[in-house]
Amino acid sequence: MIGLNFVYAVGGAAFLAFALLSASDRGNPKRWGNAAFYGLLATSFWAGDLLGDIGNGVLVLGLVAVAGFKLMGRGTRATTTDTEREAEAKARGNRVFLPALIIPVVALVGTLAFKYIPAVFDSKQVTLVGLTLGVLLALAACYAWFRPRPLTPLAEGVRLMDSVGWAAVLPQMLASLGAVFALAGVGEVVGGIAQGIIPDGSRLGAVAVYALGMAGFTMVMGNAFAAFPVMFAGVGMPVLVGIWSGDPIKVAAIGMLAGFCGTLMTPMAANFNLVPAALLELKDQNAVIKAQIPTAVPLLLANIALLYLVSFL
Amino acid sequence: MWVLLGIAVIVAGFALRLNTLLVVALSALVTGLAAGLNPVDVLAAFGKAFNDARYVSVVYLVLPVIGILERHGLQQRARTAVSALKGATVGRLLIGYLLFRQATAALGLTSIAGPAQTVRPLVAPMAQAAAERQGADPDSDRVPALAAATDNIGLFFGEDIFIAIGSILLMKGVLEGFGIEVEPLHLAIWAIPTAICATLIHGSRLWRFDRKLKRESAAATEVQP
Repeated sequence: MIGLNFVYAVGGAAFLAFALLSASDRGNPKRWGNAAFYGLLATSFWAGDLLGDIGNGVLVLGLVAVAGFKLMGRGTRATTTDTEREAEAKARGNRVFLPALIIPVVALVGTLAFKYIPAVFDSKQVTLVGLTLGVLLALAACYAWFRPRPLTPLAEGVRLMDSVGWAAVLPQMLASLGAVFALAGVGEVVGGIAQGIIPDGSRLGAVAVYALGMAGFTMVMGNAFAAFPVMFAGVGMPVLVGIWSGDPIKVAAIGMLAGFCGTLMTPMAANFNLVPAALLELKDQNAVIKAQIPTAVPLLLANIALLYLVSFL
Repeated sequence: MWVLLGIAVIVAGFALRLNTLLVVALSALVTGLAAGLNPVDVLAAFGKAFNDARYVSVVYLVLPVIGILERHGLQQRARTAVSALKGATVGRLLIGYLLFRQATAALGLTSIAGPAQTVRPLVAPMAQAAAERQGADPDSDRVPALAAATDNIGLFFGEDIFIAIGSILLMKGVLEGFGIEVEPLHLAIWAIPTAICATLIHGSRLWRFDRKLKRESAAATEVQP
């Protein structure tokens, strides 16, 4: 049956290729750091289920060591110049978007269609399987159209991967931190504090505390990925779903977006708020945040209204 | 209450500008110890969660496709598409860019635009030029900051409509932890109402910005006849 095993096999292969291409890039003085980082991720995808919990923990420590000791650098493989790209863009026209569109289209079709073929596809993982198949088809289309050397797409992939660097595993790390928070009962403590604030018997109060808590916690953590598991476990599930019988899907989806409103208002989300200010050479490093607050606040209120109006239908 | 120390570690780590992965690992350790777990159990819990959350990192599979397309002019073509938005005013230009960013992010094309890819080379200068024609101060941070803000808002409230983005997969994982099986598509559909609100709220701000510039320049000409 095609499911996560297939997705992780392809993911492991991609990261192994990234590791080998990094290791053979003699121009990058930190090539072994990059190779180790991608190699650990390949190991995680291929062998994560065999390593055991402590083994996976040690693997994470390896990733943290590579990032913490600043052992990663940018690869130096040649790509096309801006002039060549301008010429290509002119020659290829808007068709250059088509291979990129194969991915969402196949992911969407897969999500809707694969469920009806449970003999072949794991019905719980249809989206990820669809995404992976979409990537493979898009790659096939690129090979057929551009006729690159066999390794060129992977080398271009490493170029982008290097520009993300160690931050690539940050979402996965924050999801794991959320799990440790859950185990330690942070959700209950935060939920206890939050539930103490909710006026008795007030559904609107519960919704407001959930959404404001999501945004506030995101502002502290700098990322809705870390806030979501805590606030959903602390208030979303026990109060909005448990007491008020809300729909967990709507509570989750709109709650996450309330968190995104918090991301717009915090310097902790450096990559979104401080980096652009630096790139644009603004005099005030908080200028982007200040430009976002007048949209973030009404949008947060809109999310509270949406949660209140649609979650309990 | 002591388990909240892990949150203090995050804030302190950020203030000290430590590597974020290191801060996250330290926060997990401190939180676990404060909850009375031993360090090996914390390591095991973190390792298990990391392994269970691998699906979040599957999104990087798209990079070789985006990379080879960039090699053949994807970003340059995206810029052409943006510069075709020849709005005479900064408000109209940024509303067009907001819609472009939301629509492409909803298709999973989150990295074709961004502060480095489009805002700095294209959107900010175009917006600034339009604003100056409308009588805005050329030295002010206001217009480039608004361009960067528009990019973030378009991205955040477009990407969650794409079914295979990290945040959707994270929600799927958390809900599974509560024994609720959910299709990413159902989560993505419920991102649409907020996306529409974002378009309306930010769009109307941009529209009012044009009128504000008009008022300001009218006031300025009255002062200096």
